[in-house]
Amino acid sequence: MEIKEFIENFASQFDDTPVEEFKAETQFRELDEWSSLIALSVIAMVDEEYDVTLKGDDMKAANTIGELFEIVKSKL
Amino acid sequence: MAYLSFQNVRIAGFSTGVPKDVLTNEVVDSGQYSAASFISSTGVKNHRISEKYTAGDLCCAASEKLIADLGWDKKEIDAIIFVSQHADYILPATACILQERLGLSKECYTADLSLGCSGWVYGLSYAVSLLSCGTIRKVLLMSGDAKRRIAYVDPLFGHAGAVTALEFCEGAPAIQFYFGTDGSGYDALIIPDGGARNQFTDQSFVPEDVDGHMLNRLQSRMKGMDVFSFGITMGPKSVKRLAEHFGFDYMDCDYFIFHQANLLMNEKIRTKLKLPEEKVPYCLQDFGNTASASIPLTIVSQLKGKVEQKQTKWIGCGFGVGLSWGAVYFETKDIVVSQLVELE
Repeated sequence: MEIKEFIENFASQFDDTPVEEFKAETQFRELDEWSSLIALSVIAMVDEEYDVTLKGDDMKAANTIGELFEIVKSKL
Repeated sequence: MAYLSFQNVRIAGFSTGVPKDVLTNEVVDSGQYSAASFISSTGVKNHRISEKYTAGDLCCAASEKLIADLGWDKKEIDAIIFVSQHADYILPATACILQERLGLSKECYTADLSLGCSGWVYGLSYAVSLLSCGTIRKVLLMSGDAKRRIAYVDPLFGHAGAVTALEFCEGAPAIQFYFGTDGSGYDALIIPDGGARNQFTDQSFVPEDVDGHMLNRLQSRMKGMDVFSFGITMGPKSVKRLAEHFGFDYMDCDYFIFHQANLLMNEKIRTKLKLPEEKVPYCLQDFGNTASASIPLTIVSQLKGKVEQKQTKWIGCGFGVGLSWGAVYFETKDIVVSQLVELE
């Protein structure tokens, strides 16, 4: 799996945040639009695109999109 | 291996009671997200909430309606199973109280069952196993959650009390179940205080920060992400395991009634099983997540007038608090689906 594609999939869970805000080093919880509902969309996206089930602790362990990507990769 | 199959029992009817008061989520902005995003993710636009009625009250009203619609003689009802996480009292069991309120025989088997979202499927297995002995003739399975132990409104949940009527019927097609449990997730959905583990204290009433929501220890709290991961995994697995074990193609079923958790989760489960929309009705848009009432409420509110006479093949599937899950295959023909009972 590619980080570029993961970032695109991650970004598509958001409606209002400009695409250029999403980078590997983006601290996603700092984004204005981030909420517990978007967290659920991210879990659903990872399940669908990568067949990996993320739990709450996995989400909490990641601060950046890149870190979340590594967690998903380690579960593939 | 919790696979069960029972013969000679038929479902005779469904009925559900809800408070008449409709509360809308269209104006509820949480600190974290807007009302519009809440509705688009959870699907819950409106729900029914009342501080007047307990789950026992709603089940009682739904039962009176269904007994009348079926034309059943109350003397023939030999058992009540009452499934709820919000019983009328800490003790005694609500099922005992309902025996008297409904005017049923004193020769009546009654028991409460403390389960939530998986509760209808579990309760159905109790009712069906009692009837399969052949000595108990008719059973009312009541299930639901309504008024809480302290007053509060959670925008996701709604109040409802359902009743499913079952009877002994020689030659009725098999009712097949699959069940599972993962108690390691016991705190994924929990009311921490007020049970024997953590008794009531003054501290029980003090709100604390739970992932950005201020909740006291008598309100239910949820690890939303864990429950979501669990639901999108175990929902589809339950249906697949049931069908694999009993050797049928689940695609042949007419309707799949899932516990109404939230739209994002339910749609994920539906698409993972590749089920067409028309076979998977929802009622969460109008009633919210109604715990163990959600499966019969979906049938009553979405399928009344469409399923009563004809032979219909169903899968019901519940999953949630416990963590606990169950799936059931059953068939119906010539059943009664009562008009939704709305309590003023």
